[in-house]
Amino acid sequence: MILSISWRNVWRSKTRSVVILLAIALGIFTGVFNYAFYNGMADQRINSAISTEASHIQIHPKGYLDEPDEKNYISNAASLASEISDKDSVKAACSRFIVQGMIQSPTTSSGIKIMGINPEIESTVTNVHSKIIDGAYFEGVKRNPVVIGQKLADKLKLKVRSKVVITFADASGYISGASFRVAGIYETSNKMYDQTNIFVRADDLTSLYGADINAGHEIAVLLNQSDDVPAVLTGLTNKYQQYDVKEWRKIMPEVSMLESSLDISMYIFMIIILLALTFGIINTMLMAVLERTKELGMLMSIGMNKGRVFKMIMIETVFLSLIGGVVGIIIGALVTVLTAKSGIDISIVSEGFGAMGYDSMVYPVLRIKNVIDVVVMVFITGMLAALYPAYKALKLKPAEAIRIDM
Amino acid sequence: MNVIEVKNLSKIYNDSEVKVHAVQGIDLAIQEGEFTAIVGPSGCGKTTFLNMLGGLDQPTEGSIRVGETMVNDLKSSELIDFRLHNIGFVFQAYNLIPVLTAKENVEFIMQLQGKSKEERDKRAISLLTEVGLGDRVDARPSRLSGGQQQRVAVARALASKPKFVLADEPTANLDSTSTETLLDIMERLNREENITFIFSTHDARVVNKARRVIQLEDGKIIKDERKA
Repeated sequence: MILSISWRNVWRSKTRSVVILLAIALGIFTGVFNYAFYNGMADQRINSAISTEASHIQIHPKGYLDEPDEKNYISNAASLASEISDKDSVKAACSRFIVQGMIQSPTTSSGIKIMGINPEIESTVTNVHSKIIDGAYFEGVKRNPVVIGQKLADKLKLKVRSKVVITFADASGYISGASFRVAGIYETSNKMYDQTNIFVRADDLTSLYGADINAGHEIAVLLNQSDDVPAVLTGLTNKYQQYDVKEWRKIMPEVSMLESSLDISMYIFMIIILLALTFGIINTMLMAVLERTKELGMLMSIGMNKGRVFKMIMIETVFLSLIGGVVGIIIGALVTVLTAKSGIDISIVSEGFGAMGYDSMVYPVLRIKNVIDVVVMVFITGMLAALYPAYKALKLKPAEAIRIDM
Repeated sequence: MNVIEVKNLSKIYNDSEVKVHAVQGIDLAIQEGEFTAIVGPSGCGKTTFLNMLGGLDQPTEGSIRVGETMVNDLKSSELIDFRLHNIGFVFQAYNLIPVLTAKENVEFIMQLQGKSKEERDKRAISLLTEVGLGDRVDARPSRLSGGQQQRVAVARALASKPKFVLADEPTANLDSTSTETLLDIMERLNREENITFIFSTHDARVVNKARRVIQLEDGKIIKDERKA
């Protein structure tokens, strides 16, 4: 019956309850939607990092990641990639020959990372081919085609079929280079990536560098499922102990950090919201307790012990918090569902985000774990907010409370 | 048989360094089945005395025995339990839980006692019928008149099968018809079921119905009269 009394007490002062419920619902909605929004941003960034840049796993010569020495390459990288791509759980694997160099247009030049790839195989691992916004992916230019990012094209004032000169140090340490023609211009969500990475055919690059066509500095491995990363990583590490085998989290720690830092920052955000709501709840419940001084006095007089009075106030407060919380979660989930399809355009502020690799369209994602987290936090907030009003109720002396003038 | 035995009962309030002797050395015995009114002018100590009898206030001196229990020796938590099982209360106003129906109000105290749902149901309906509210069991207090609310309060006070019922000015907020009905019900319960009632009151109609009238003045009994 205490549950029933507590529930009905919530609705005694409807206006007051509705006001605080709206406040709680609004606060929780903000928190939940914020969760969904940043989940979406982080997921997109991670997916983009995996599908465009790092793939799930990468293999490099020992020490290459710490000190990218171009002479330190895997001589049979292409055949190794082919061997790896035959494994279970592996969707595709490709090798890349990478050198640092300069790209020059008639107007200016820029430092770049030159990726020598096999376009057919590369397009099974990464999705740069699908990001072409002008020209084609290694098509339309017969000799020395190059695919560059939109940001770099803007900087160098280049168009499709523009001629550029690419220079770098070859295997002997001499400056080598050749003229290339822009076959395609790509645009990813990561503007920095677009400005610093260009793609050429591996055979063009290795022949200029002075290495075998089979050579490569990097083997990128794409798996069928992200969940398979630990198992495949262990298998590859054991098999290729002479190389560094690393998953994307180690390759791009700044992206991986999104996973862990998102939870922490969202907890902090939710705690701030709930802390503000706590004061509102305390105020409402204090009013409820003060208004019912006589009634509480009567209840204690007829034999309701302090434990039950305490429980009644606690349950009432938790009801209030949970109703508001659930309404907030439902609204948050609805808005997430609505915006998950259409996306939210943040292009007005995406210049800064783009530099960090974030897309200008965010598709919010709400996870069950987030909802459980919010429910637990709301429940705890309710319990904490109930403590002071319940304490005030317990301090009442029945003989005095029953006679107090209201 | 004495239900209540009070010996040398005193209560002193230390209010703003001035000692107020609310009750002074009262000796009293109340027997089972008595219908007693405690009367006196405002400030004579009626409520303080009743509060001490009900275990809501602690005496400064003296003792209260209810059955075999020395009430003033009980700890705070024991007092609550004692009240729950031994005393029925009817207050002047704000008597009922507004969010519960008449039946639920009566059931509530039995639930605190741990009675089964079946027993609670049966007794609540029987008591409400006894006080003439058999047809209003599902009405909330806001749908009942003041007199009907007090009748529910009487039913609730009896629900726990108490040793006695303390009623603090139960008719103070009632019109004459409601007062008459309430008093008739309580008198009948007293006569037919031998239930002990102790009232504090200013109301002459209550005094007229009472079979024992104890008059207080300045915290002392100045008159203790039993009617034939």
